[in-house]
Amino acid sequence: MSGTFVGMPAFPKAAHEAVHNQTLRGNLRHATHTIRAKRAKAVAEVSDWAELREAGKQIKDHTLRHLDRYLVQLEESVTAAGGIVHWAADADEANRIVTDLVKMTGESEVVKVKSMATQEIGLNEALEAEGIHAYETDLAELIVQLGKDRPSHILVPAIHRNRGEIREIFAREMSEWGRPAPEGLTDTPAELADAARLHLREKFLRAKVGISGANFMVAETGTMVVVESEGNGRMCLTLPETLISVVGIEKIVPTWRDLEVFLQTLPRSSTAERMNPYTSMWTGTTDDDGPGTFHLVLIDNGRTDTLADEVGRQALRCIRCSACLNVCPVYERAGGHAYGSVYPGPIGAILSPQLRGTASEIDASLPYASSLCGACYEVCPVAIDIPEVLVHLRERVVEGGAVTRDGNKVVLKPAKGHAAERAAMRAARWAFSHPGALRAGQRLASRSRRFHPRSLPGPGKAWSATRDLPTVPSEPFRDWWQRTNGGKDTGK
Amino acid sequence: MSTRDVILGRVRRALADVGQDDTPYKRAVDRGYLPEHGDRSVEQTVDLLAENLADYRAIVHRCEADGLAALIAGLLAERGSTSVAVPPGLDEEWLAATDVTRVADRSESTPHELDQVDSVITACAVAIAETGTIVLDGGPDQGRRRITLVPDHHICVVRVPDQVVSSVPQALPRLDPTRPLTWISGPSATSDIELDRVEGVHGPRTLEVVLVNDRTVSGN
Repeated sequence: MSGTFVGMPAFPKAAHEAVHNQTLRGNLRHATHTIRAKRAKAVAEVSDWAELREAGKQIKDHTLRHLDRYLVQLEESVTAAGGIVHWAADADEANRIVTDLVKMTGESEVVKVKSMATQEIGLNEALEAEGIHAYETDLAELIVQLGKDRPSHILVPAIHRNRGEIREIFAREMSEWGRPAPEGLTDTPAELADAARLHLREKFLRAKVGISGANFMVAETGTMVVVESEGNGRMCLTLPETLISVVGIEKIVPTWRDLEVFLQTLPRSSTAERMNPYTSMWTGTTDDDGPGTFHLVLIDNGRTDTLADEVGRQALRCIRCSACLNVCPVYERAGGHAYGSVYPGPIGAILSPQLRGTASEIDASLPYASSLCGACYEVCPVAIDIPEVLVHLRERVVEGGAVTRDGNKVVLKPAKGHAAERAAMRAARWAFSHPGALRAGQRLASRSRRFHPRSLPGPGKAWSATRDLPTVPSEPFRDWWQRTNGGKDTGK
Repeated sequence: MSTRDVILGRVRRALADVGQDDTPYKRAVDRGYLPEHGDRSVEQTVDLLAENLADYRAIVHRCEADGLAALIAGLLAERGSTSVAVPPGLDEEWLAATDVTRVADRSESTPHELDQVDSVITACAVAIAETGTIVLDGGPDQGRRRITLVPDHHICVVRVPDQVVSSVPQALPRLDPTRPLTWISGPSATSDIELDRVEGVHGPRTLEVVLVNDRTVSGN
């Protein structure tokens, strides 16, 4: 994934620093609470939300189950419509393909629509290394790029910045990249949006190459769909002569009709709108309207490895709406940077360790970046059971086991630092399979309860530092059940 | 082996555990959701379109067919527009009452030239009431995608009730995916500053939608 995240510390350390940043906490609280209430209202407007959610899940599951077939069909239909399809197994290959395509045009700058896939592969850095400047045109991406910052949210990468900080960045940095910010720029959102309009317009009007992702690709027709708000997407998709779209292989839907589900659930889940201001759909190239050359770069980059995991593959249903980030109590406090990936929040906690593997400290810690409260699952418009996958990935980190990496089956060793957890689980397994020992242990615990400490010693200390140890009852449940005949004999 | 074959091979191996699944696509998805939300008369559907367009800050006007030219002339004058981009197949009657400079939608025009044009006027392919959306499909009365993008003022004429559907599921069958489509729901906007919506970024900052009553013409 993006080089900007290399060497990130584990989640607990990064989050510990973030929660002490008062400005960040305030910005995130304000933004996530604003959108939460709005989303709930937008969803309540449609009485068949549960059915739409289920249909979205089924469409994605069906597609993933026959992904090879739909990929081939998509390739055929895009090609028939005048597009050129490329395949990339990993980030390096995708970056090489895109860089070569841009070089072939002879251009040294490109305009970009916000795209998670190109962030994931670190495309901007790869282009820069070859002397090609990539200009981000989404407002939040622009804020991140000008601020030499990292994205912290899927939909609004600059969510960690408030209007005052944004004004500061625009006033300071815009002149370095092109048209300076207007004199006397204030921090009202309308003025900030206007400054972005003026700054980017000259870039749109002269751009010869546009780079985008896509929200959906329709296999039967070869149609690409980009959902956006500002019109920067339309600019990049319409004005340049060459368009390069970099899209993950899981973004396929089988038929044109399937869009009727996602075009209802995506806007309401992401920006809490009935419909986003602009949606562009194009199929190959159109004579005399828009780019004359269209390249589609399909990327794997860990997706087929994720597909190989029976529990974890549901993460590939994700349509990148970011509703799970906005409701997550952990995300709200820790912020997006602590997740060490372009995919933060609950979905990032299950996606990053699967796309990248759990070898690094940050990726091994991500399945634990959750209280398992389940709010993410509740709001997910394609019903990804994020808590289920989190628990599954925790098990993999602790126990190790067979996984697929780069298409090969490998056996992971149990991770270091989880010895106490493993020992506790082993002890529990033994006790639960030996009823006599369990009973004796429970009685001993009940009788000695006056002497129980309030916190755990040794490796358990960190766990009980923020939790109360449960008090043990005076009599084990099974003894009480036997003594009172299931509670029938006495009131006590 | 090509990367294409590598990826397809990985997909097939990854799915080895699911076994053969011969469920045809038609039966794989339970489409228990609604074709439209609520039960409305034709008039009510048009009213809902107007309401939802306005809710997302489009300026909505309604008129009869014989009042359209005067209305359009008024809108251009009010805006102070001196030039208007015109798709090749636009009904000439619509501009009969104005003398602003017409700028033809030509393939040779550069984006910079379009940036000098004050307004653009088009028809649409379909309008969706529940979401307050108009859809352009690049037809002769709508022109190339860029003419409705670069000028800052877009006037879009919707023939009601013929071009209006209730919902997204009703709109898709009326559209041709081989054409370049642009779905527009209000003027350009952003939620990127503190997740609050602000209108007016790169697309036309003013969107005016004219709902022209076409019932007598269509005989519907």
